Amino acid sequence: MTARTLYRKLVDAHTVARLDEQNVLLFCDLHLMNEYTSPQAFAGLYAQGRGVPMPGQNVAVVSHIIPTHPTAIRVIADPASARQASNLKKNCDHFHIPLFDTNDALQGIEHVVAPEHGMIRPGMVVICGDSHTTTYGALGTLGFGIGTSEVEHVLATQTLVYRLARDMRIRIDGALPSGTTAKDLVLMIISRIGAQGARGFVVEFCGTTIDAMSIEARFTLCNMAVEAGARGALIAPDPVAVEYVLARAPDIDGGLREAALAHWATLHSDRNATFEIEHRFDATEVPPYVTWGTSPDQAVAITGVVPVAEGAQRASIEQAQRYTSLAAGTPLEGLPVQHVFIGSCTNARIEDLRAVARVVGDRRVAAGVRAMVVPGSGAVRAQAESEGIAARLVRAGFEWRQPGCSMCLAMNDDVLPPGTRCASTTNRNFEGRQGRGAITHLMSPAMAAAAALTGRITDVRKLETLE
Amino acid sequence: MTDAAHRHHRIEGIAAPIAIANLDTDQIMPKQFLRGIDKTGLAQGVLWDLRFHGDGSPREDFVLNRPVYAGTRILIADSNFGCGSSREHAVWGLQQYGIDAVIAPSFGEIFYSNAMNNRLLAVMLPEPQVRALLDAALTSAEPLRIDIDVRRLEVRSPLGTSAFALSDRHRTMFVEGLDLIGASLTHQAAIEAFAQRHWAAQPWVRDVARRTKERLDRLSSRPAESQGPVRTKIESSRQHGDHA
Repeated sequence: MTARTLYRKLVDAHTVARLDEQNVLLFCDLHLMNEYTSPQAFAGLYAQGRGVPMPGQNVAVVSHIIPTHPTAIRVIADPASARQASNLKKNCDHFHIPLFDTNDALQGIEHVVAPEHGMIRPGMVVICGDSHTTTYGALGTLGFGIGTSEVEHVLATQTLVYRLARDMRIRIDGALPSGTTAKDLVLMIISRIGAQGARGFVVEFCGTTIDAMSIEARFTLCNMAVEAGARGALIAPDPVAVEYVLARAPDIDGGLREAALAHWATLHSDRNATFEIEHRFDATEVPPYVTWGTSPDQAVAITGVVPVAEGAQRASIEQAQRYTSLAAGTPLEGLPVQHVFIGSCTNARIEDLRAVARVVGDRRVAAGVRAMVVPGSGAVRAQAESEGIAARLVRAGFEWRQPGCSMCLAMNDDVLPPGTRCASTTNRNFEGRQGRGAITHLMSPAMAAAAALTGRITDVRKLETLE
Repeated sequence: MTDAAHRHHRIEGIAAPIAIANLDTDQIMPKQFLRGIDKTGLAQGVLWDLRFHGDGSPREDFVLNRPVYAGTRILIADSNFGCGSSREHAVWGLQQYGIDAVIAPSFGEIFYSNAMNNRLLAVMLPEPQVRALLDAALTSAEPLRIDIDVRRLEVRSPLGTSAFALSDRHRTMFVEGLDLIGASLTHQAAIEAFAQRHWAAQPWVRDVARRTKERLDRLSSRPAESQGPVRTKIESSRQHGDHA
């Protein structure tokens, strides 16, 4: 048998039929849904009189439109958004699809909720009408985003007509320096390979840096692979991943556990497998990274400056400079911010909030800064409260809010006013993403916490932090 | 878009240049237009921030707002068009606005699939050729007219004829309007057999969502029925046609 990449193994193991040279009918183990990319898919099922043959392989979460005001019982004030939530409930009831509804205590961002309760297991194919489904590569799971037509296809058939991707490997070796996280690393990688650098590829991350990463950090890395255009990200499951999953999947016990472990041990690229493109990076000198522009690849080290508009990217750089009101040569460090947002499927897990709390210590949010923390899920929120993180952040002047996607894409009422500059732990700094005319600077949770304390984009390495 | 429009296998008309690399789907269809439960009403949202000022008045300098570009059927775009969010609303909106094809050096992957699934033709041409079309469109007084022949896989413009590639599957989908779900359902028996084999080997993935949610509900001893007040509130705002 020829040597295969992990990606090819996962595709092969889920291929129901080969349709042509480029396409297979791919079985999907888990389909996640939200309230805004699924309604038209359900409508299509009704219109065609089609059913959902395998509802237990599907799950829905109200995540994008949900308000995050810190009230005990959440009411969706916007009538259209409320209708999306009630419509999702009706559709899930109709087709017997499990749902994390608006006031489920475990509700949150779909990509935080699914793995934290053990629904994401190595070797699965997981799809969702949301581009950040690449997150699940952290567990050796092939995850990728799909459109609504494909959501309908999966509901009706539990399969997708899947165009094969190409193989890329990104090897990262060395220990990340203190003050630098997976977020900084992935921003650095995207800035090097570009917003299209992995377009058409599934990226396998490997190397000693990855080996040393927590699963939360791996989620962050794989989550943002899509910002380089990747169709998927993968990390071969290791004991860290296996432990993460088993701790959350009590149904995998006894003999099943042995079988699962044996299967998961096969989930790695063969020694002689070939990758069409290979990149290598050294993690040991990666500083904190911050985006300056309006594409996630427009990122520089915190010690860097806004680049000069030249070369092939000239027009994009000029446009981004206009939008962000930043001239070439402007240092990122010291830029005043009016808003800090800590949240999103990229960086709103418990480890992220712990990092924020360590930076904050007993200090206070700077005057004139509105700092919001939106935990990734009800479980993360409860955990942070039990660890005293919430109390510390509230004391410091942060808003401690209910979980949801919130200001990552500003589909709910968490929208920035024009001209506001925001230090954000999210994944996209697109024009208007957090609000028309608002300016987003992507960074790690620790860096965002530092910005909250000083009111400026700040090199977190210069602040004294706990532990 | 009507099926009749596709019988010709040709898309001919005004082509508007939008020379913005990495034009993401957030910009093509902003968040405030994503609150529906059907596909309607999206034409107004297309490229909203580019087409309108903050106060809602049109930006007269934007290409699609210029009177000579009324009736634009084709966009000439820059690389990685439609990157970012998976929202298919971007494709629906472009079509409702009257766009039948986008020509670009490359497309965001999910956008490309979404476009093909809706018969919005995504034409990839080599970057220098797209650059030449953009330059010609940006510098000419009159809008450029482009003629795309899907049967012959050719883009014809005043600059000449360019061949483009489309997989056989996508060409068939575009020309014939394949019912993809219907086609996949012809594999229903194979899918069921595959699932049984798959679950026999990996029982831990079978019904993983249902079993997990049931376990969590048991643990929390909060049956779904107890989520009273808000559900009532939300349901009270339900309107007719929720299923649609």
